[in-house]
Amino acid sequence: MNQIQNLTKGFIKENPVFVLLLGLCPALGVTTSAINGLGMGLATTFVLVMSNLVVALIKSMIPDKVRIPSFILIIASFVTIVELVMQAYMPGLFDALGLFIPLIVVNCLVLGRAEAFASKNNIGSSLVDGFGMGMGFSFALTLLGGVRELLGAGAIFGFNLLEGDLMLAFILPPGAFIALGYLVAITNKFNKA
Amino acid sequence: MEYFVIIIGSIFVSNIVLAQFLGICPFVGVSSKVSTSVGMGGAVLFVMTLATMVTWVLQYYVLNPFGLGFMQTIVFILVVASLVQMVEIILKKVSPSLYSALGVFLPLITTNCAVLGVAILTIQKDFSLLEGVVYAVANAIGFTLAIVLFAGIREHLDLMEVPKGMKGVPIALVVAGILALSFFGFTGLV
Repeated sequence: MNQIQNLTKGFIKENPVFVLLLGLCPALGVTTSAINGLGMGLATTFVLVMSNLVVALIKSMIPDKVRIPSFILIIASFVTIVELVMQAYMPGLFDALGLFIPLIVVNCLVLGRAEAFASKNNIGSSLVDGFGMGMGFSFALTLLGGVRELLGAGAIFGFNLLEGDLMLAFILPPGAFIALGYLVAITNKFNKA
Repeated sequence: MEYFVIIIGSIFVSNIVLAQFLGICPFVGVSSKVSTSVGMGGAVLFVMTLATMVTWVLQYYVLNPFGLGFMQTIVFILVVASLVQMVEIILKKVSPSLYSALGVFLPLITTNCAVLGVAILTIQKDFSLLEGVVYAVANAIGFTLAIVLFAGIREHLDLMEVPKGMKGVPIALVVAGILALSFFGFTGLV
């Protein structure tokens, strides 16, 4: 697989949220608005790229039996970095994302890429894979957040677009499931065509 | 009374899966049959209660006195991961029947964010140890309730005529949305 494919596969073909169904908890939990979705996506991308890099660097040193705990520790260290930096410089976003920042540790997407890709490939491809998948994740979260914000609050990124009676349910938890269900169906349609 | 509020609040009003979005991966992944989802619920109950107890003790007797609060995420995930391993080994020796019932679900629980989430929430909400345990048990029951209900609906869904594009996961997610909507009726109960 060439690097271009490696970079772009995360958007539609192997989109982590819409196709692989990984990392659904943050995808549903934080996407009450497009900006929250984007913030979460970028935080996850950073963790994903850095953990892929470190795993690819030291993969030959990790004994096979303890590889999963080692990967989790590597990921947890980068999550702590994100947590502290965000708390210091972006307190608003930190409050909005709340519990889901420390929970990046247990995002199956990050561990999944470390195990399925970075532990088997060289540093360059692992970096590209982490960045591509992270961007796909950010794209999915921003899209889901945008749809929910538009239908529930009539705005995208805080800019008002719709007036009148809105479907408040889309900002609330039930709407998250329903919006994601339809987006998965649409992605399936694209991938078959 | 406080405990009663915690129990009703975590099972119905802010259900861990349908209102707080924790543990969605097993909720979608292991919910095609009622029997397997009951097993998953049992395993979560076991690990969640133990993990909350251990992390509470660590937070108040190790992390706080030594000013290591920033290590919370790393320490907690290590506790959860090693606890899952330990439970697996002990169950295998002590109760092979329980192990064969829960065994397949145990490794999946390490990356179940509900377990880590409840451990962190217990600290954030300033619960005492007993309140924390009650909170963990109630949340595990809430998780089991949601996943078993969902599995029951999905078993029926397999026999329904669903539009082609919506088959499988999409319709399941829409159903989960409607389930969440029905749980919304409990808002304001406590």
